[in-house]
Amino acid sequence: MNELRYVYAVTRPFDGVLPEGVRGLGGEPPRLLDHGDLVAVVGAVPAEDFAEAPLKKRLEDLDWLTATARAHEAVIGAMTTVTCTVPLRLATVCVDDSGVRRLLDAGRDRFTTTLERLEGRVEWGVKVYADPQPDPATPGPAGSDGPSAAPRERPAAPASGRDYLRRRLSSRQAREGVWERAEALSRTLHAELSQRAQAAALHRPQDSRLSEARGQNVLNAAYLVPRESSQEFVAEVGRLTPRDQGVRVELTGPWAPYSFAGQAGQAGPDEAGTGR
Amino acid sequence: MTAQPTDAGPLAQRQLALVDLLDRLLAGGVVITGDLTLRIADVDLVRVDLNALISSVNVDVPSPFEEEESL
Repeated sequence: MNELRYVYAVTRPFDGVLPEGVRGLGGEPPRLLDHGDLVAVVGAVPAEDFAEAPLKKRLEDLDWLTATARAHEAVIGAMTTVTCTVPLRLATVCVDDSGVRRLLDAGRDRFTTTLERLEGRVEWGVKVYADPQPDPATPGPAGSDGPSAAPRERPAAPASGRDYLRRRLSSRQAREGVWERAEALSRTLHAELSQRAQAAALHRPQDSRLSEARGQNVLNAAYLVPRESSQEFVAEVGRLTPRDQGVRVELTGPWAPYSFAGQAGQAGPDEAGTGR
Repeated sequence: MTAQPTDAGPLAQRQLALVDLLDRLLAGGVVITGDLTLRIADVDLVRVDLNALISSVNVDVPSPFEEEESL
């Protein structure tokens, strides 16, 4: 009894087979477990990693977490190429196949509803960053260009104390301006994109120490979009993206609808736009 | 003015950044508590089929979801 069942995803029975060469955790190909009108995509995992107590420790080990998340992602990615898939949260573990069946039974209604909701849809991620530190700009005389000119990284040495203070002040104003613009843009983007999407979800802004992205993440949103409307959605993001130094928009996708599967298994992220 | 890399408009990225992936795979996301310490928020939401675990292993397993806000 040293193996547990890791559940990657839930689907409906489908024609065809798993794509060849899919490897999940431990380098093992996942297996399909049919149960009524649902199918669980499962893999055997060692209890010494995935039983509750060791799992809690493991989840805080970034290397282990990375490998696990990547394996999970690989299986979900492969599944979405063959059928509509509800990705489960990382580390959904049952003790054996009958535990998996109970999981399916317990969540049958939610899984079925979610499968309907996700059918033919993909997820796009949109992030907005405030990045007051500009790329080193071409040197020029201080204070001579347009309003809220971005502060320079290495300006010429100030001629006087007053110059210095004035420069400090204008660079602080520029920084604050960037923040305001980033927040305003986030509101506009989220409002406009939510209208075009079938659902929207907000993730908490990312910590830059973890993402190593430049600037401060202000908006971290996900949108559920019909696959065939993806081009329009992407074009809309482009249209709404200003050529604004200091404010950056990042688009990622299309992804499996991870952010919108939450209701199926457990509480998901702060999800909006699904009504009721 | 130097051109921003994103000036040409956003491009779809195929490779999911790890943080983006974790945002999605873990409802609570990952938080940093110290310079090097990472924690999964809401670890308790990890779904372990514990009743089954207890009955099949038949060992005294401590209560499933003790809140341990060890901070």
